[in-house]
Amino acid sequence: MQERVKSPKFDIIGTRPIRPDGADKVTGRAKFGADHKIAGQLVGKVLRSPHPHARIKSINIAKALALAGVKAVVTREDFKEQSPEFIPAGEMLVNYRDVLRNVLAREKVLYEGHAVAAVAATSETIARQALKLIEVAYEVLPHVINEVEAMKPGAPIVEDGMITAGVTPPPTTPSNVAKRVEFTLGDVAKGFKDADVIIEREFNTKPVHQGYIEPHACVASVSEDGTAELWTTTQGHWIARAHCAKLLGWDITKLRVTSSEIGGGFGGKTVVYMEPLALALSQKSHRPVKMVMSREEVFRASGPTSGANIWVKIGAKKDGRIVAGEAILKYQAGCFQGSPVQPGCMCAFAPYDLENVKVVGYDVLSNRPKVAAYRAPGGPISEYAVESVVDELAATLKIDPIELRLKNAAKEGTKAAYGPKFGPVGLVECLEAAKNSPHWKAPLGKNQGRGMASGFWFNIGGETTVSLQLNEDGTLTLMVGTPDIGGLRASLAMMAAEELKVPYAKVRPIIADTSSLGYNFLTGGSRATFSSGMATVEAARSIIKQASGRAAKLWEIPEDAVSFENGEFRPAGDNAGKHKPMTLADIAKVAGKTGGSIVGYAAISAQGAAPSFGVHIADTEVDPETGKLTVTRYTAIQDAGKAIHPSYVEGQFQGGAAQGIGWALSEEYIYGADGKLQNAGFLDYRIPVASDLPMLDTIIIEVPNPRHPYGVRGIGETPIIPPMAAIAAAACKATGVRMFELPMSPPKVLKAMKDAKAGKKA
Amino acid sequence: MAKHHVSATVNNDPVEFLCETDQTLLDCLRDELNLTGAKEGCSSGDCGACSVTINGRLVCSCLVLGVEANGMKIETIEGMAQGDKLHPLQQKFLEHAALQCGICTPGVLIAAKALLAKNPNPTETETRYWLAGNLCRCTGYDKIIRAVMDAASEMRKGA
Ligand code: FES
Ligand code: FES
Repeated sequence: MQERVKSPKFDIIGTRPIRPDGADKVTGRAKFGADHKIAGQLVGKVLRSPHPHARIKSINIAKALALAGVKAVVTREDFKEQSPEFIPAGEMLVNYRDVLRNVLAREKVLYEGHAVAAVAATSETIARQALKLIEVAYEVLPHVINEVEAMKPGAPIVEDGMITAGVTPPPTTPSNVAKRVEFTLGDVAKGFKDADVIIEREFNTKPVHQGYIEPHACVASVSEDGTAELWTTTQGHWIARAHCAKLLGWDITKLRVTSSEIGGGFGGKTVVYMEPLALALSQKSHRPVKMVMSREEVFRASGPTSGANIWVKIGAKKDGRIVAGEAILKYQAGCFQGSPVQPGCMCAFAPYDLENVKVVGYDVLSNRPKVAAYRAPGGPISEYAVESVVDELAATLKIDPIELRLKNAAKEGTKAAYGPKFGPVGLVECLEAAKNSPHWKAPLGKNQGRGMASGFWFNIGGETTVSLQLNEDGTLTLMVGTPDIGGLRASLAMMAAEELKVPYAKVRPIIADTSSLGYNFLTGGSRATFSSGMATVEAARSIIKQASGRAAKLWEIPEDAVSFENGEFRPAGDNAGKHKPMTLADIAKVAGKTGGSIVGYAAISAQGAAPSFGVHIADTEVDPETGKLTVTRYTAIQDAGKAIHPSYVEGQFQGGAAQGIGWALSEEYIYGADGKLQNAGFLDYRIPVASDLPMLDTIIIEVPNPRHPYGVRGIGETPIIPPMAAIAAAACKATGVRMFELPMSPPKVLKAMKDAKAGKKA
Repeated sequence: MAKHHVSATVNNDPVEFLCETDQTLLDCLRDELNLTGAKEGCSSGDCGACSVTINGRLVCSCLVLGVEANGMKIETIEGMAQGDKLHPLQQKFLEHAALQCGICTPGVLIAAKALLAKNPNPTETETRYWLAGNLCRCTGYDKIIRAVMDAASEMRKGA
């Protein structure tokens, strides 16, 4: 076994200081996407398709353009065709043919709400009138909404000529299956032969929306010389820059993108929707253009995550040892390929140390908005299904569900079905903590049940650049490029302060724009604290090195004869005690005379992101009259590697759990037979409100990541994985019936209970 | 169509603005008065991000017309701190890390202040039901509820 790194003693890491951007956020001063304003700006609005599937025969904008106050209209004619090849954009492979079509429809509209044209006008009222004057002739086509229907022969084809990838020989007829993926380990057939018990189940989940409270918003301003500025609420402004420049055919350097404060993203703000339209409108109108989505547009036209159909089969010995696991996942991609089915496959059995695994996934198109990333994209769906079967297995074998998992838990050295061997991971520690938690042992009330489930997420590193300036008074300015959505600036300032042994308040972190700093991949994949933290530590160490050099110069001794201890540069070795120690502030003061400004710069591709495992315990109570399930107690336990600012780590656990509770009980996209979304608002798309939830208890486990200077693991995504299965397990205890469909909304629960009763009587 | 002339008091300052008949108070605050602290999360009264008080009463400013504000006393998040002294609720929100992205925060703070004005000693359940009109997608509400109750307790001590 690899030796686990010991946690060093820290002064600042692990404390809970107030975030640097805090005051602005409690006083209303912080500027979010829609708060930015430029003199002379126009209002931009989007015309959206009323049909789920139709060919666009013609678009006539003449009447709209003739309306006084309308300054520009853009349609498909204004954007050049893009290649369907997947080409690198930053660290992602992007098919710009599809990105372009999602921004603005070309041959066909592919979902209700698909953007067809955009206008810029001098007022909101005029912009709305102009939308009504655009004449679009549609040839309405048959549509398909459900993924299982979409896979059937004869289903309406969403993308003409789509041939399934990943199948040999390739199919000869088009279908809605964009690709098939498969991950195997060992031999499942042999595994199932050895099994004493086999459980096989089918599950269905609905698309759920990220539900960030801030709608998409941006302001674009294109100058007469072709340079442009874009302010937008995004999880990655370098990504937004890459996409916009590509779609508009511009040099990247001409576009400067500033990320506003961001009002939640959860993966949904990793793509562009209105940004290229706003830039195109600004270019045409020679005026700045501001565009803000309505909530309805957010629901209809920005990415939810996939709904899915999942089949899982697990075989085990009587003693609880799992001998084989198999799954088939059918994920909705929306109208363009690219559902998160691949990570879904990779995660499915990741919490288990198994010899025989087979997972097959299908990426399925239908007439829905293109899915976007949502917190641990793909993971919650497949792990919900697998964890639910594992719970049933525990019940069948009469083994405690935590014990069953401990028997099979992935640990250091486990080979995951998707390839790698795990380094040090904290699943066993999480399970032990769950077992010993007061929650697991507490008595339950009437109509209540308790369940638990595990969760796994990979986490990523990636391209990251930071710049740390030592100011002339000894304070520091830290420029980072990963948008801060939930306390990142606090964590990074803490790491810089820890490294440099200066007070936390002396480090001021800001999120820099794309022209002020080298490339940064986006805030996603639970990478921001990990990667920007790694880069910050490197930049801080560079400052120490440079400052040591300055001290050496002043003292006329070799650079390696200067030591840095407790915040002081001291002559060391033979020179010890010969010169008065200097602080960073002392050196900053004379920087100009000793070689110029001291700036620590780190441009890295962060490697060594480590997975984070979590275990959640949920209690639910059922109202036998209505079927309503209420979560009455909740505990989220997770391995954070090292919690830099524990409050924000707990906050991630709690926020993910709450989103998972919504996914489990109340959230779903509801479509009519007409292919139209029926609940595009917060009244009918119910995200948990304060009165729906109990306190969400947390336990932070710290099994340090040996590849990070402070042991950090990404933690933001794992917490949304266990809730659905934990609640389903709890609901089974509370109601006496096992349910295989999300959300477990009151009508479904009531029906399941009634059916079970009728079944018992019959 | 001619715009309407509205006079009101916002955070104790007299203000005047012109607005369209169908313009919401939220839009008037944000676009005419440059007070962008109140946020638009839905414009349908479902998220509470636009919360302000009118003559002491908590409302969703997206559901009020600008013209209705004529002669009224409006309080927004921009008026909550006194000089450089944060309101105890604001302070406790920072200490408890009761915000992540912070987009819901102005609305939650305004709503919480209105709660404590009515009920200085709310139970957890009362706090949860009062704030049920303020959506937060980031925090799961745990730290928000703790911050409000802690602020209430501190304000009771101070009173
Ligand atoms: S914007 Fe007013 S309640 Fe949502
Ligand atoms: S902190 Fe993001 S919505 Fe509440």
